[in-house]
Amino acid sequence: MKEKAVVQMVDVRKSYGSQEVLKGVNLSIIEGKTTVIVGGSGQGKSQIIKHILGLIRPDSGSVIVYGRDISNISKKELKKIRTNFGVLFQNAALFDSMTVFDNVALPLRERTKMSEHEIKKIVSEKLVMMDVEGTNEKYPAQLSGGMRKRVGLARALVLDPKIIFFDEPTTGLDVKKSNEIYRVFSKTQKDLGYTAVIVSHDVPKIFNLADYVALLYNGVVQGRGPSGENQLSDSPMTPEEFQLSDNPIIKEFVETTMGPLYLSEMEV
Amino acid sequence: MLNFFEKTGAYALYYVNEAGRMGIFLLNSIMSVVKPPYKIYPIIRQTYIIGTLSIFVILFTGVFTGMVLGLQGYHTLNKFGAEGLLGSAVALSLIRELGPVLAALMVTGRAGSAICAEIGVMRNSEQIDALECMAIDPHKYIMAPKFVAGIISMPLLTAIFDVTGILGGYMVGVGMLGANRGTYFASMYKDVEFNDIYMGLIKSLCFGILIIWICSSKGYFVHLSRGGGFGAEGVSRVTTNAVVLSSVSILLFDFFLTSVLL
Repeated sequence: MKEKAVVQMVDVRKSYGSQEVLKGVNLSIIEGKTTVIVGGSGQGKSQIIKHILGLIRPDSGSVIVYGRDISNISKKELKKIRTNFGVLFQNAALFDSMTVFDNVALPLRERTKMSEHEIKKIVSEKLVMMDVEGTNEKYPAQLSGGMRKRVGLARALVLDPKIIFFDEPTTGLDVKKSNEIYRVFSKTQKDLGYTAVIVSHDVPKIFNLADYVALLYNGVVQGRGPSGENQLSDSPMTPEEFQLSDNPIIKEFVETTMGPLYLSEMEV
Repeated sequence: MLNFFEKTGAYALYYVNEAGRMGIFLLNSIMSVVKPPYKIYPIIRQTYIIGTLSIFVILFTGVFTGMVLGLQGYHTLNKFGAEGLLGSAVALSLIRELGPVLAALMVTGRAGSAICAEIGVMRNSEQIDALECMAIDPHKYIMAPKFVAGIISMPLLTAIFDVTGILGGYMVGVGMLGANRGTYFASMYKDVEFNDIYMGLIKSLCFGILIIWICSSKGYFVHLSRGGGFGAEGVSRVTTNAVVLSSVSILLFDFFLTSVLL
């Protein structure tokens, strides 16, 4: 069966002042699969997610989501496209003044006309799915880092979105809590079949979850070719292909025990 | 020399940009107030935060402002044998000028700073991004209830300020300095016209919108502020800027509104 790209970034460029962060990113996100974006700190991984979410508009290039180029559409159209998204932010981005229940219920209350009874049922289901039942009346500040992330994931999943973005889902968590997040992710992805985009430093562990891997270095997604040319937007790499790639940047990344990439001395 | 022009140009560009951002922010906020659905509970909650919680400071400043006016007014009018006009002098000063302006300055300090800091923290902790990603309009969800609450609260707080100020003036003028009780109120009834109350009302409405607009937008755009708006320091800096800008704008608009309404 032919795989379908639900998101395509085509030659996306973005600068802040004199600093060019994205220098022509090409990336495809395949429906129902997990794409992991890796790269060193400050390489612009989160920028990629923010471009797809429409929080940032590119200086040039296209970000195509479900066939629509969102780099130049109205707020109303963008809002409609965003109904397909769920996001787990780096620090979960829960609303401090709301209880866990109200945080998870927020998208249901604001975007649907469900009764409070139905909302309660759905929120309870999601909290059970995330193993955080019994925290309904707690405030985010009363939760551990891992629990906050799981509540954040419950909120991201509450409207059963088609694509879920994970921005550094295990940052700041110890190994045990990171494993819990991965377990919850695997379970929900298997059960619900959503498309996942994960930005992570947690290499090589994160590769166990990946269907496709993209390495962002020096403002571009590294291609599979030996000369390091940009990856074509319709040919994402599987973890196996990634590890066997001839691209010297990827080779270096793989050889350095697949840890965080610090290749500042290397030329692309 | 070139450096000087570069810096001046950069400043000018920044402030033109900021003015544009704030203008669009105001338009979006007004649209979000007008556009359905209308949710009552968030408006009641914000009216409580902006209005009800400001009552004590309004009562306190109102009564002391009235007392000072009574004290100064009595001694000045006494020189001309016109202490019978004390009531109208206190009431007109409060209703037309001091009530709206001082109440607005108090609300800026108490509620405006809190609004700016709250929205700034929401921006820095990605809560506003989260709302946008959930396809929830931040203007509708966060700003609209605050604008409506500001429009409801400011005229009421100004009215409370005026009444307590008049009573403060009465306490000093009549109670302590011996002005005639009947004359105090009679001169007030005689000289205060509907136009004076209307002027105070319009001013307080405008100041309510001004405070919420400036404080909300400063917090909303904390990440774009000069010198970087991230972290606690960034939020504290924009909060200070918001309070200063709101206070200056209140005095500036007061002059223009008075010129137009007189």
